Amino acid sequence: MHAAVIVFPGSNCDRDMAVAFEQAGAKVSMIWHKDAELPSDVDVVGIPGGFSFGDYLRCGAIAANSPICRSVISHAERGGFVLGICNGFQVLTETGLLPGVLLRNAKLKYICKNVELKVENTDNVFTSAYEAGQSITVPIAHHDGNYFADAETLAKLNGEGRVAFRYSENPNGAIEDIAGILSPNKRVLGMMPHPERMADPVHGATDGAGLFSGLVGQLTNA
Amino acid sequence: MKARVHVMLKDGVLDPQGEAVRHALGALGFDGVEGVRQGKVIELELADIDAETAKAQVGEMCEKLLANTVIESYQVEIG
Repeated sequence: MHAAVIVFPGSNCDRDMAVAFEQAGAKVSMIWHKDAELPSDVDVVGIPGGFSFGDYLRCGAIAANSPICRSVISHAERGGFVLGICNGFQVLTETGLLPGVLLRNAKLKYICKNVELKVENTDNVFTSAYEAGQSITVPIAHHDGNYFADAETLAKLNGEGRVAFRYSENPNGAIEDIAGILSPNKRVLGMMPHPERMADPVHGATDGAGLFSGLVGQLTNA
Repeated sequence: MKARVHVMLKDGVLDPQGEAVRHALGALGFDGVEGVRQGKVIELELADIDAETAKAQVGEMCEKLLANTVIESYQVEIG
């Protein structure tokens, strides 16, 4: 199973994401944003957290228009898997691969703390290692994580089982406590919390490791 | 030729920054500020082309990059 982690200027969770994929058994390639092509045998693309291009214009907006993102969009349109965490989620909404947008946190503060998430749906490769309704604790670290979408989009997300995670206690004003969502084919996941920062015993707990082990396990068997 | 783009959050989208500014104005003693919405202005220096073409091009730039039309509206001024 081959994972490609995209590196933008300002990415700062790229190596954490790579280590989480490796520990789950994946082969990992780091891909610079100016590269136009993904490795031909790539199974999943990871878009890491950080502050790509200094969050200039809007979070994720410049990254979403970088050369490699055109390949990531093609990969997703071919039915490829994509995982966007934190800034990666912002990039995915800016590309249009996921609906909605991440607004400034309702109380305007950057928030860095552990939060409890509820796993909403497990019928996808990303949350297959968890039980539906299971609570996990992972960190958030963001200034713009306040998910917003119009009523029609929310109805679709709920109706199609595309909300992957909700916050148990809403930290940032996100509409309907949404912490992570899936694409219509459930092969693209964007989430604000950082499972890769809770994936090794040295992190204090391993609640986030299941996302990577589940994903690698499902794609290796496929 | 200059183009100026005004980007604003759409009505109905909460603007926490505007709200913070409104509170700060109240704290400074400016009463009667009933609402603040914060947007941005982007100035572009364009090669000389006719105004209609420029307006169409800048509109395309807004759709593709300068604004996120999920939450933002934009206005283009040419010249």
